[in-house]
Amino acid sequence: MSELASTSPERPGWLTGTAWRSLFRDRPIVPLVGLLLVLVAIIQLVQPGIVGVSWAGVIVRASIPLAILAGCQTLTMLTGGIDLSVGAVASMAGFVTATLVHSPGGVPFAVAVALTAAALAGLISGIGIGVFRVHPLIMTLGMSFVVLGLSNVWQLETIQTGAGTPDSLRTLGSGTVFGIVPNSLVVFIPLMLLILLGLRRTGFGRLLYAIGDNPVAARLSGARAWQVLIVLYVISALLAGIAGLLISGLTNTASVSLADSSLLPSVAASVIGGTSILGGRGGYGGTIVGALILTVLTALLTVLGLPEPTRQILFGSIIIAVAAAYTRVTGET
Amino acid sequence: MTAASATLSRVAPIGTLARRNGWTLSLLAFLIGLLALTKVIQPGYGPIAVQGLGTSILPLALATVAQAVVVIGGGIDLSIGSMMALTSVVSASAMKGQGNEFGVAAVVGVLGLGLVLGAINGGLVVVTRVPDIVVTLAMSFVWAGCALLVAPRPGGGAAPWLKDVVLGPIGIDWIPKAAIVLIVVVAIVWIPLARSRLGLEIYAIGSNQLAAFRSGVSVGRTKFLAYVFTGLFSALAGLSLTASTGIGSPVPGPYTLLSVAAVVLGGVSLAGGRGGVFGPMVAVVVLQMIRTDMTFLNINTNLAVVAQGVILIGVVMFGSLVQLRRTRG
Repeated sequence: MSELASTSPERPGWLTGTAWRSLFRDRPIVPLVGLLLVLVAIIQLVQPGIVGVSWAGVIVRASIPLAILAGCQTLTMLTGGIDLSVGAVASMAGFVTATLVHSPGGVPFAVAVALTAAALAGLISGIGIGVFRVHPLIMTLGMSFVVLGLSNVWQLETIQTGAGTPDSLRTLGSGTVFGIVPNSLVVFIPLMLLILLGLRRTGFGRLLYAIGDNPVAARLSGARAWQVLIVLYVISALLAGIAGLLISGLTNTASVSLADSSLLPSVAASVIGGTSILGGRGGYGGTIVGALILTVLTALLTVLGLPEPTRQILFGSIIIAVAAAYTRVTGET
Repeated sequence: MTAASATLSRVAPIGTLARRNGWTLSLLAFLIGLLALTKVIQPGYGPIAVQGLGTSILPLALATVAQAVVVIGGGIDLSIGSMMALTSVVSASAMKGQGNEFGVAAVVGVLGLGLVLGAINGGLVVVTRVPDIVVTLAMSFVWAGCALLVAPRPGGGAAPWLKDVVLGPIGIDWIPKAAIVLIVVVAIVWIPLARSRLGLEIYAIGSNQLAAFRSGVSVGRTKFLAYVFTGLFSALAGLSLTASTGIGSPVPGPYTLLSVAAVVLGGVSLAGGRGGVFGPMVAVVVLQMIRTDMTFLNINTNLAVVAQGVILIGVVMFGSLVQLRRTRG
């Protein structure tokens, strides 16, 4: 029936451009899931039989670190900011954990140190952005230099560099239950619920939207933006640290530049997911789908047997196409 | 009376000049202090080191000018590093084993390529109305992919005259050719641009897009042209990479983010409409000198990266504090 309706010149009201527009604007997740399914269908067409339960498990496992890093971008972008330090912070967390595994405290101590260091970086960024009003792009960019440099110094200071990723992190990051369900969901599902509910149901979440939408109005209504921003960037850095631990477990490596290549995809996933880089609009649900889309897209381009350069070119073009479609449909400039 | 007024009118512009360029002048003073410090801690710092400094900063300096043009226009270009990689491999592949005459054609062609790359970036920003940062971020993948298609691994060559243009001294030993190249290029392209109608329009759309639109500035066209100039300067930066290393590498260097850092350090507001290209160029030298000095002081070079980050944050914090004071006072 819907096919009939869409081909006939006189379309019913719910299929007009306005209706589509409001669908995109209010429920961006619907068309995004559609795009995801289309990509999956293309993969199935190109290589019949590849799509299955275990394949889905692999895709989900690969998407989880990206989805967490994209969460950092979503939260900061809601306030009109961005976090360019997630790559450096994530790498640092994975690396510090790997170097401290054989310390007396063992893995828990190593993870605690790594996450404390991450939180500290976030705290400094937050103070710079919230109190000193430094542009988030500059503050987090500067912070990424600082974190990268200090990680390199730490690399030269520590004698035992060959410790490698601890087994527990490997199990968490790359292990699966019955070879299908990735273990990292144990970390991801609570985080996801926390972010989703935090954004929708708590005052803090509402403050993020308010500050991003109209900082002056938020201030006049009594929101203390600087406190919100400090907490926000600490949360963002902690999320990045956790993602770094998972990436380190997934790839079984620990290096000071491990997660650097995830920085730009994390911004892309958030943008594809419908979060406005200008602030005030978006959500985490779309971001998760965005991360899945990017992962499936990478898988599709690999299945097509395209060489790496072509993959990069298509990757970039598709990001622009999706973002442009968004902007066109929602009418936001 | 006439003499006094003549002196006044002569003095006043200098005062205005100093006030308008306060940021750049203090940066310049900082640089001179840094140079003096370098001479103290390393008495052997001489002409050879200065020539090396000139050659090593040229690519980043040109990338920074590229970034400055678009940031002044209220945008940002995260694909500069990738455009440099692409133009560098194209020029190196074209010039390999060819003579000087062909080298000239290759350079002209690569500059044309830079204009095209910038035009595509700018066209996409204007037509799709997607925020600049997203478009150029995505295009950085595209241009890096194109660079890998042209040459999968570092290679190629540079025409002898091109290497000759950026390496070594000119006149006395203390003046590196690269510095002269930088100044000449900027003088030929930037100064006429900044003084033209288009330059004023770029500042206008960066300062207040709506006001510029209502004053009759074609915002889309101006933004597009700003990106075209950024593409041109990126191609120049890519060419200087080829010239100074003798080969082209398809892997983008750290130039994109460093250029953003240098632009902000140089007094260009990320919000647009404020600053010039001279301050950012001084900032590039400052960043490089800090690295050099830390090497001389036998400090772990990784701490130089930390220092660059701290200085970036510190300077911007100081700047915004001054701004806050001023708006409150």
